[in-house]
Amino acid sequence: MALSTWTCPLDQGGSCEELLITYGSGFARKVLIIPPLFDEHNKLRRQLIMVMRELAAGGVGSFLPDLPGTNESLIDLRKQSLTGWRKAISAFRSEYETDRFFSVRSGAILVTEESVGLAYSPHSGAAHLRDMVRSRVLTSREAGRHVSSDAVYAVAREHGAALGGWEIGPQMFRELELAELPTSEKIAIVDHDGIGGPKLWLRAEAGSDTRQAVALAEIMLASFEIQT
Amino acid sequence: MGTNPSGENVATRQDDPVNADEKIGMSRIDIDKRLKSILVDVLAIDPEQAAGFDEDTGLFGDLPELDSMAVAGLLTEMEDALDIVIEDDDVDGEMLETYGGLLAFAEAKIVGG
Repeated sequence: MALSTWTCPLDQGGSCEELLITYGSGFARKVLIIPPLFDEHNKLRRQLIMVMRELAAGGVGSFLPDLPGTNESLIDLRKQSLTGWRKAISAFRSEYETDRFFSVRSGAILVTEESVGLAYSPHSGAAHLRDMVRSRVLTSREAGRHVSSDAVYAVAREHGAALGGWEIGPQMFRELELAELPTSEKIAIVDHDGIGGPKLWLRAEAGSDTRQAVALAEIMLASFEIQT
Repeated sequence: MGTNPSGENVATRQDDPVNADEKIGMSRIDIDKRLKSILVDVLAIDPEQAAGFDEDTGLFGDLPELDSMAVAGLLTEMEDALDIVIEDDDVDGEMLETYGGLLAFAEAKIVGG
């Protein structure tokens, strides 16, 4: 495993240095890992590293780059947009010449249609936002304030919102609402039912599952053998 | 009981409590099983522990891991697994207080559509 940084273009101009985790950098075959957004990223990060380790054991290298405003990034999340993140993913693919992507949950909405790869349990932007808004409504109620989902949506579209501690700007919010899952034939959907075991993104605390990591890596490794 | 054209007594969905399961499209045992399976994922507990949940098992308030984000995930997963839609106003303290309350809510939602 290697820790480094990559130069990420910013949608508003200029660039920034972001954390990059690499496994098997010398391997000919390379996979770009695209984690879920926001809270689910934190919950699944350890699991993603386990998948990367399994891929390396199978002779495939992988990259897990931070995007501006995510994970260790020093960039203001509120100023980021889905468009900017999609451009960053495309720029990474070109720069590092990855052969496949492996997206998890809402990570699938960052994938462009021409990409080849696997989308594990894909979750649309609207569905992800719904969870976050619902959490916000519940938190407000616990504090004795009655707020409706409709009201949160209306305000967030205009001004952005802090949802579950994530500062989401108005452009990001509006783009997430419309962010559909890619439907390209180049993208294979991996349903969780085929993997089995607990859905780790549902857990209140971050967790990992070796058996699931092995199963996911095996599907990715098999895709290389079939298509090369 | 109703009658069929040949005059035999037949059970109808409206008046036979035995066929209530058929009416809601999913048996109570099935709803209970699915709900416990979701709680296993959300609470990261063993299936055996979830199997021991009864009417009075405390949830929200008793289990620190069940915070508002976890509850949001739980409700969304219930919508997917049970094919129901949960509105803001459906969610109250009583429904989340005990396992029995959650199960009764899920059953009522499935029947009510």
